[in-house]
Amino acid sequence: MKMRHLVVALLVLGLAVSMPAPAFSQAKSDTIKIGAFLPMTGGVAAYGQGSWQGIQVARDMKPTILGKKVELVLADDKSDKIEAANAVTRLVEKEKVVAIIGSSISGNTMAGGPIAEKAGVPIISPTATNPLVTQGKKYIFRVCFIDPFQGEMAAKYAYETLKKRKAALIIDKAQDYCVGLADFFEKSFTKLGGQIVAKTYCQTGDKDFTAQLSAIKAKNPDVLYMPNYYTEVALAMKQAKDLGLNLPVLSGDGAQDKALIDIGKQYVEGLMLTGHFEKAAANTDLAKKFIPLYEKKFGKVGTFDVMGADAYFVLADAIERAKSTDGAKIRAALASTKNFKGISGTMTIGEDGNAIKSLVIVQVRGGDFKYVATVEPAGAKPEPKKAAPKKK
Amino acid sequence: MELTFFLQQMINGVALGSLYGLIAIGYTMVYGIIRLINFAHGDVMMMGCYFAYFGILMFSLPWWASFVVAIVLTALLGMMMDKGAYVPVRNAPRISALITAIGVSFLLENLGLVVFGGRPKGFETPDMFSEVYEVAGLMFPALVLWTPLLTLAILGVVLFIIYRTKTGRAMRCISHDMETTRLMGVDVNRIISITFAVGSAAAAAGGIMWAMRYPEINPLMGIIPGFKAFVAAVLGGIGNITGAMLGGLLLGVAEILLVALMPELAGYRDAVAFGLLILILLFRPTGLMGTKLPD
Repeated sequence: MKMRHLVVALLVLGLAVSMPAPAFSQAKSDTIKIGAFLPMTGGVAAYGQGSWQGIQVARDMKPTILGKKVELVLADDKSDKIEAANAVTRLVEKEKVVAIIGSSISGNTMAGGPIAEKAGVPIISPTATNPLVTQGKKYIFRVCFIDPFQGEMAAKYAYETLKKRKAALIIDKAQDYCVGLADFFEKSFTKLGGQIVAKTYCQTGDKDFTAQLSAIKAKNPDVLYMPNYYTEVALAMKQAKDLGLNLPVLSGDGAQDKALIDIGKQYVEGLMLTGHFEKAAANTDLAKKFIPLYEKKFGKVGTFDVMGADAYFVLADAIERAKSTDGAKIRAALASTKNFKGISGTMTIGEDGNAIKSLVIVQVRGGDFKYVATVEPAGAKPEPKKAAPKKK
Repeated sequence: MELTFFLQQMINGVALGSLYGLIAIGYTMVYGIIRLINFAHGDVMMMGCYFAYFGILMFSLPWWASFVVAIVLTALLGMMMDKGAYVPVRNAPRISALITAIGVSFLLENLGLVVFGGRPKGFETPDMFSEVYEVAGLMFPALVLWTPLLTLAILGVVLFIIYRTKTGRAMRCISHDMETTRLMGVDVNRIISITFAVGSAAAAAGGIMWAMRYPEINPLMGIIPGFKAFVAAVLGGIGNITGAMLGGLLLGVAEILLVALMPELAGYRDAVAFGLLILILLFRPTGLMGTKLPD
């Protein structure tokens, strides 16, 4: 008897909760809901934490879109693909957001992408660089360059500027980003005439790379390309020095977070990477407004902070041009973003969802990221001259 | 294969394995005495790392003082954990205590996320431990030498407590029969509390060594070392402290050799560790050194 009462009570409660919910969100049309799914915890938490801070500052700079107040909804993807899919489902189905920013890494964006694609809710990723993220997708966009470009530029830099001929690789097999980037590096490096002498593999979450590094040392390479995330790069560089493996290390945009230096300390000195942004090279009006505001609130600005903010600004711009919160219209506006002057530089987004923009070469020196050079995307200007101007 | 290469990989393996062994000692000790698989052990280790981190960074203690304080605080945490979570389910079926342990593990992880934040922190390694010695082309980082020494020292201390002290005798009694021990007038809860203190202190020591070798600490860092220590403990015969250390060494060397000899399979190193666990449970559930336990 008691049980039945409870069941009835629960059913009534369930109805009461579920019925008016859509009505409420319709009524509250004086706000625009924008979702974000980012790795706030777990292996790559530094990206999500940084981008989220950037998004918040960007929202404070532009708090209304189409005259409506912007409401941000954050979902933590816990640096995990399954959680990323859950986060997008929640944002789309429960929160009913008009568009989504995220995620920081390629694998998670690819896990969440199809869900938003099916629902017709546009996703714009700050930093997912793998080409597959947007491939064959109508509703997935990004404000960053893609890996074939950064892999090629890293290979060129290693071959032409550093004059290295024998490269070794450490590849994280669980990350689409690492597998892709290592592959593009290898193709370009061998095409230029270089040789890959050692190819080793690891798995996300590995802390010990001594076995891989000892194997690399035995092959005697003159440069190490490690397109992994900041923790792996920092730990591997420390262990490399412990094993007496002293050689220049190159990495991708994933290494450019201050957590790399917190963890790696003196061991990451000299690391070179291809990145989205470096403060010394930022010269757009938006950058001049954003950076002081950000630094007042959160301290020194980093790449992932800026990329999160850029994703917000590009999205806000698209919604205003679409003059609507309809998914298809926002999508069309995003796909026709032209010469948008973001914080990280000028970008044009095409039908394929990818941003065409420059990259920066950055080196760790004196415990900080230092700007080395800017490389324009192919077609804009001849790159070889640009790629190697500042080597002393 | 070249000899130097092989020897260097063995050094790498022993370095990793002795860390696993060090963490496994506390794991297996608690199990041996109260038959509880303390799933929160890895998270206790994580807390130890954070205590040491804050000791150095916020209170600018010298590293050794900070390590001692961290070990003491972690021991207290272990006792609190026992009082708060395990005492209430002491007489419940064993599965309840196991589920409670999983709960404590989640509690510590999420508490860590709220209090310390998800962003990883870099651990300060004292100079003494960051040196590298080169002997005949082989590289010996100082920690590779210190970790086995510390592991042996902790092993010695734990064995001494268990086999040479009155408290230890009580612990061994409890492992045989808790009720009878209580009838003999032993304060069972106090002894178990001490067991947790010693186990957690060992976890903190292991965690600090881990954090110096892999100087990245985050609130979820204890999960994988915790699992690996569990595999090491089962491999060595769960409940057997010397076995845990041997199991740890074996696991570390196996993982490194897998990556060294079959680089293509490097992504499967965790799978190998857990595959080993399944095999041991299937064919030799008592482990290498374990004796059959009355259920």
